[in-house]
Amino acid sequence: MLDELTRKIDGALKKIRGQGKLTEANISDALREIRRALLDADVNYKVAKRFVARVKEKSLGAEVMRSITPSQLITKHIHDELTELLGGEAAELRLNASGATAILVVGLQGSGKTTFSGKLAKRLKERGGKPGLVACDVYRPAAIEQLKKLGESIDVPVLTSDEKDPRRIATSAPAFAKERKLDALIYDTAGRLHVDEEMMAEVADIKAIVDPNETLFVVDSMTGQDAVNSAKAFNERVDYDGVVLTKLDGDSRGGCALSIREVVGKPIKFASVGETLDALEPFHPDRLASRILDRGDVVTFVEKAQAHADELESEELEEKLRKNAFDFEDFLKQIKVIKKMGSLSSILAMIPGASKLGAAADVDDDALVKVEAIVNSMTREERREPKLLNGSRRKRIARGSGSTIQDVNRLLKRFKEMKRMMGGIAKSGLPKTFPKGPSPF
Amino acid sequence: MNPFKNVNFEKLKRGLTKSRKRLAAGVAEALTGKATIDEETMEELEEALISADIGFDVVERTLENTRSRLANQADRGEGAALKAVRKELAAQLERAGATADYEPALASHKPFVILVVGVNGAGKTTTVGKLARNFKRAGKSVIVGAADTYRAAANEQLEVWAERAEVDVLGMAPGSDPSAVAYRTVETAKREGIDVAIVDTAGRLHTKANLMSELGKIGRAVAKLEPTAPHETFLVVDGGAGQNAVQQAERFSEATPLTGLIVAKLDGTAKGGALFRICDALDIPVRYVGVGEGIEDLQNFDPRLFVEALFNE
Ligand SMILES: Nc1nc2c(ncn2[C@@H]2O[C@H](COP(=O)(O)OP(=O)(O)OP(=O)(O)O)[C@@H](O)[C@H]2O)c(=O)[nH]1
Ligand SMILES: Nc1nc2c(ncn2[C@@H]2O[C@H](COP(=O)(O)OP(=O)(O)O)[C@@H](O)[C@H]2O)c(=O)[nH]1
Ligand SMILES: [Mg+2]
Ligand SMILES: [Mg+2]
Repeated sequence: MLDELTRKIDGALKKIRGQGKLTEANISDALREIRRALLDADVNYKVAKRFVARVKEKSLGAEVMRSITPSQLITKHIHDELTELLGGEAAELRLNASGATAILVVGLQGSGKTTFSGKLAKRLKERGGKPGLVACDVYRPAAIEQLKKLGESIDVPVLTSDEKDPRRIATSAPAFAKERKLDALIYDTAGRLHVDEEMMAEVADIKAIVDPNETLFVVDSMTGQDAVNSAKAFNERVDYDGVVLTKLDGDSRGGCALSIREVVGKPIKFASVGETLDALEPFHPDRLASRILDRGDVVTFVEKAQAHADELESEELEEKLRKNAFDFEDFLKQIKVIKKMGSLSSILAMIPGASKLGAAADVDDDALVKVEAIVNSMTREERREPKLLNGSRRKRIARGSGSTIQDVNRLLKRFKEMKRMMGGIAKSGLPKTFPKGPSPF
Repeated sequence: MNPFKNVNFEKLKRGLTKSRKRLAAGVAEALTGKATIDEETMEELEEALISADIGFDVVERTLENTRSRLANQADRGEGAALKAVRKELAAQLERAGATADYEPALASHKPFVILVVGVNGAGKTTTVGKLARNFKRAGKSVIVGAADTYRAAANEQLEVWAERAEVDVLGMAPGSDPSAVAYRTVETAKREGIDVAIVDTAGRLHTKANLMSELGKIGRAVAKLEPTAPHETFLVVDGGAGQNAVQQAERFSEATPLTGLIVAKLDGTAKGGALFRICDALDIPVRYVGVGEGIEDLQNFDPRLFVEALFNE
């Protein structure tokens, strides 16, 4: 059983040798895959290309610790850049200190504007505010009725009117606020296409009339490549302050958010995650970054390896490896680090390629426990000097660790082979395998 | 009888002009001055196609097939290359059964029951209004059922459409069981000898198991009255949708058998390219496209025209 395991793990580990520094050559495959992942996540073609090129430029030459591969490191870099780009400056709503705060909600048809308007009203109200809603969608059948019902459900006044021109409704809103002593007005507007000149002129007019503290552009997170076009066009006409991403309760990867962030540079302020009015969340850049990139396992693995870098690649250990003086004491330390990083199977599961080899699927953590038990049953002297391990000592160790003498023999044999291999690698100057410890299973 | 035959395609063409321009520009850029199609050209073509939401898999396959098609012919210039790509793309849509002259077999069943499903905000209710209007204009009697009992004022929205289309509408109180609405819509159609019953449903994300199983229930409720119904179940997809549309389609088809697709909002700059992957995955045809918010803005889907419109200036 240990043999089988060794074969599999060896195969997996061969794949994950560190290679010094990030170079064009050692990350090109990974970058191609990442670009593909971004496109599958609906990141705009040009944006994906530009973004990947930029991170690559920044990353070339970066040190790769021996425990991870260049592919893994560049994936982590991409993830971090993505998080940073999506996050940026704090994205709080600007409230009006003096008069009533005005918030204008705009976007394409069906993106979720009306629902979001209701959610925001509820939120402001819960925080002690006195918000009102203004129904400026005079086009879609029953749009006004929809907002009215939402307002009723949260006991927030809604300004409605038979007026055919939303500009005039907007004009009358401040009086409504004054009369009702409201401290915030949320203007829900009709959905419109960015190529509809008349409608875009209308929304620009509404903005001029309302002079909002915040204009929010509402985007369906399932939007594809075209997101950049609408986001740009709306930005040119109403210069919005922030973006609301809706329908994130689905399983779309939400790449359009990256496209929009990159192209118009406006912060994402809210995430809408359901149809009910309480399904509104502040935006979490890191979560969305993981969702877009879909390489969470690799990122986690790199983070763990980096967090345990001191233990995994200590000077002392390097030295021992170089001198081929690696013993069971070091081995035990490595097992402990691995256990801290998570179970062996979980670590293997994070290694790209390992699953293909079937290693991750079959590795059972009991094997690790067993090996650890064997090593633990050795005395300190034996760990430092495996040559001491004669027949009677082996018998004692087998008994002490609840394993068979064969298990102990196999482990010792493997350990010797591994040392021979490491010696060779150390001499030829090639990087060693990771995790150095558990190879001898 | 084809209720949409008399609609000319100018509007679709106009609607697609912007998208077409960009795609055509991309392709022309890719091919200008080059006698044969080379790697760089292919990459630019890839950009043009991916920017249309066609999706990596389909683009790769299309370009691969195009390449081998071209390899066997003498003329590998710009014209030939474009033609090959077009042919290949149209073939993919046609393989899934799309034809420009589709007409629902309204006469085959009475009532002919149509179920309209899709994610939130895709354009279902508007499409129901448009369908109702067109069937009505073709001389059929129509009833629409407001089985979106969830969204605020969904009833009222459909009522307005029914009024515009001059057809009957059946609604129940908000919060009612949607399958009861569907049932009663078909029941009313039967009782009153109405030709077509169209059931509008609430938008739902395909990831919500309980809402998806509700769809199956609606289908079964209808089948209780009419064992062959629903006769068509259309999934409405937002033309601006990205690759997630494929997951949508797959999950919806598991919840209730789909017979066709309707792509809405193609009057913007979005190109609706996600439908290629859907057609491929589910092997169901695109039937109509929505090209505006007006009641007339629904057209038969013509695969060749659609592909042509993507490319031609
Ligand atoms: N699952 C889910 N559904 C949402 C979310 N936000 C809005 N919706 C739904 O999406 C659909 C459209 O939402 P609306 O708020 O009416 O969108 P709108 O932008 O006002 O639409 P128009 O006014 O028609 O342009 C409705 O069915 C909503 O219930 C969300 O975050 N998650
Ligand atoms: N421009 C455009 N807008 C559309 C089209 N179809 C629907 N809409 C709009 O998209 C929004 C959502 O449509 P609706 O029918 O309510 O979607 P549902 O939630 O799926 O029922 C509404 O504002 C419609 O007016 C279309 O083909 N073109
Ligand atoms: Mg609305
Ligand atoms: Mg609807």
